[in-house]
Amino acid sequence: MTEQLPALQILITMMAAPLCVLVRNARVSWAIALLANAFACWVAWQLLQQVQTTGVIRYALGGWAAPSGIEYYIDTMNAAVLLLVSGISTLSLLYAYKSVSKAVPMAKHYLFYSAWLLCVTGLMGIVITGDAFNVFVFLEVSSLATYMLISFGDDRRALTASFRYLVLGSVGASFILIGIGFLYAATGSLNMVDLAERIPDSESQRAVLVAFSFITIGVLIKAAVFPLHAWLPNAYTFAPIAVTAFLAGTATKVSLYVLLRFFFSIFGEAYSFGQLFLNTVLLPAAIAGFVLMSLVAIFQTDLRRMLAYSSVAQIGYIVAGFALASQAGLTAGIVHIVNHAMVKTALFMAVGCIIYRVGHAHRPSLDSLFKHMPFTCVAFIISGLGLIGVPLTVGFVSKFTLIGAAMERGWWILAGLVLISSLMAVVYVGRVVEVMLFRQSRQSGPESSGLSEAPVTMLIPMYVLVAMGLYFGINGSQTLSVAGEAARQLLGGF
Amino acid sequence: MKLYPRQRHRVLQVVTKLVIPFVLMFGLYVQFHGDYGPGGGFQAGVIFASAFILHGLIFGLQQTRRVLSPGVLRVMMSLGVLLYAGTGAVTMLMGGNLLDYDVLAHDPLHGQHWGIFAVELGVGITVTGVMISLFYGFASKR
Amino acid sequence: MTQAIGLYSYWIVILLMMAGLYIMIARYNLVKKIIGLGLFQTSIFYLYITMGKVDGGTAPILVEDATLLYSNPVPHVLILTAIVVGVATSAVALALIVRIYESFDTIEEDEIKAIEAQEPDS
Repeated sequence: MTEQLPALQILITMMAAPLCVLVRNARVSWAIALLANAFACWVAWQLLQQVQTTGVIRYALGGWAAPSGIEYYIDTMNAAVLLLVSGISTLSLLYAYKSVSKAVPMAKHYLFYSAWLLCVTGLMGIVITGDAFNVFVFLEVSSLATYMLISFGDDRRALTASFRYLVLGSVGASFILIGIGFLYAATGSLNMVDLAERIPDSESQRAVLVAFSFITIGVLIKAAVFPLHAWLPNAYTFAPIAVTAFLAGTATKVSLYVLLRFFFSIFGEAYSFGQLFLNTVLLPAAIAGFVLMSLVAIFQTDLRRMLAYSSVAQIGYIVAGFALASQAGLTAGIVHIVNHAMVKTALFMAVGCIIYRVGHAHRPSLDSLFKHMPFTCVAFIISGLGLIGVPLTVGFVSKFTLIGAAMERGWWILAGLVLISSLMAVVYVGRVVEVMLFRQSRQSGPESSGLSEAPVTMLIPMYVLVAMGLYFGINGSQTLSVAGEAARQLLGGF
Repeated sequence: MKLYPRQRHRVLQVVTKLVIPFVLMFGLYVQFHGDYGPGGGFQAGVIFASAFILHGLIFGLQQTRRVLSPGVLRVMMSLGVLLYAGTGAVTMLMGGNLLDYDVLAHDPLHGQHWGIFAVELGVGITVTGVMISLFYGFASKR
Repeated sequence: MTQAIGLYSYWIVILLMMAGLYIMIARYNLVKKIIGLGLFQTSIFYLYITMGKVDGGTAPILVEDATLLYSNPVPHVLILTAIVVGVATSAVALALIVRIYESFDTIEEDEIKAIEAQEPDS
């Protein structure tokens, strides 16, 4: 049975999606979705164990062997991201039950959950597959489901946000498609391992170069790396908050994984960073991203929008780690993928609890919220500290590694800028905390008097993430060792 | 002579009634001959759906909905996907990898035949359902 | 020069692609944007089909004659998938446009932006 695990990872959530449409019942479809996701999470955990003991797993679909057939290729990097995606998805689904019932009409719930399942299937498919074209197919599966999920938001601007994401996302995916086409033209192969072998001795290096450029731009759009992040703030702000929590932890992270896979495994570190100086493009974009977007986040009054800009900034840190292209830098980037996913999902969940009770997330009018919703506020504060990077939180682990990696290369300016943008995070998280804790209610209207704590089903997943954040913050060696192993495998090629 | 709504476009209505069986037949041909010639589930599904869309265009959406209700389409869409994925699950239960049709019958050749048949049928049913639902969805808006 | 003309198929790809991108950027009407996106995606299909063509080869269908030269079928298969994805994308986009029209009463992007600018953020 264990050799079939890679297929089960995709198959169960994929089969659960049409089942949800068949039953057409809000509760049953939620239960199906949750069960399927929990199962996927268990499978991912098994795969991670298996990869760490026995090494790379290769699973040939349909029994057709690798270069001509499609295969699933799982090393430490994949398994870790798979566990992340399925875990975040399971927790967000648990959270979604109460939260979504307010935002989405009951009759549409079954469609919501089947779209969610398709989205998870697509995201896990992108991660697990070892075939370049399959990446595109799964990317579109997840993207189309994402557009649908975003458009479920109760504000009408959710529709336009979803539409803009659709146009930009389709252009990005099409760019990836062109890139894969040129790779096929240059090498005659679509299998990632095979591509990595054939690219260096391809006759048409120019086609490889074109493929490289198209794939880079396409993936950077999907990953919302600064200047190409235009779709993200509105999409995160107006989507149902459970969807935002889910996407913030998974969608951009998976795109960053694709970035890693193409740059390091397929093209190889020597080609993308040694020969083409990719870091001269990535590093300025990353630095501008985390400095400017942290600055923009300070001036946002809507908590969701503030966190969305902060997401773009955090993606900047991750890309900066990649651009260092060293063992330490990659480790920092990968560890920050996991850590930021936990922190940001918990933060969005806290904002969701606030929206569930208060009805909005307008910062200036959340006076003395701590009195009414202490658990939500504590979760927000702890995760906020994680976002800043205070010691004993996950944020500290990844920023410490990143600064260490920058100093190892002698890039003191990068290290300094990371610290400066962390100070900006102190400002934007601090402003929210100040309003929550200390500011006195100017008027005790009916809005603020009848407030109570958020439902338990929303608090539990949030506190699971907060607890994981604290655990991995204190005991950082565990995630660091997995990330270090993944970085070693990526730098070593296939 | 006063024409009632259902009597308009008489020529078109008669021709449509004549054409639809052939379109359906051609759809089935493309579906089931797909393993030997050009064809398969995607194309067959679209051709099959086009017959119903033609019916909807000429006789009006109400008439077509009586033939094929949106509820049936929803079942078709999900059953097709389940048939596809279910074939994969069956191959795994019978000891092969996902979608390894060799194990479906006593010899690999028949196994491949059965597997592709089932999978393409799933694709065909889903595509038919999706295409007609798209038509219903957009045509029912003003 | 003759080589540049000989590869006319790629020139068509470039032309279609640029036209599609231009429409997407320059037109405010959302439906026109989707038409541009469709044109852009079609150019990619054309690129793949061009790549798979073998000079003098026929369609890659199994026949008795084993020596027959045939085109590379893999790009065709890939692009069949991409076409289906393209259809799905346009369907989702058009459905979104219908709902945008229902809630904003317009599908001109500049008008939608003007309406959105008046709404408070939360």
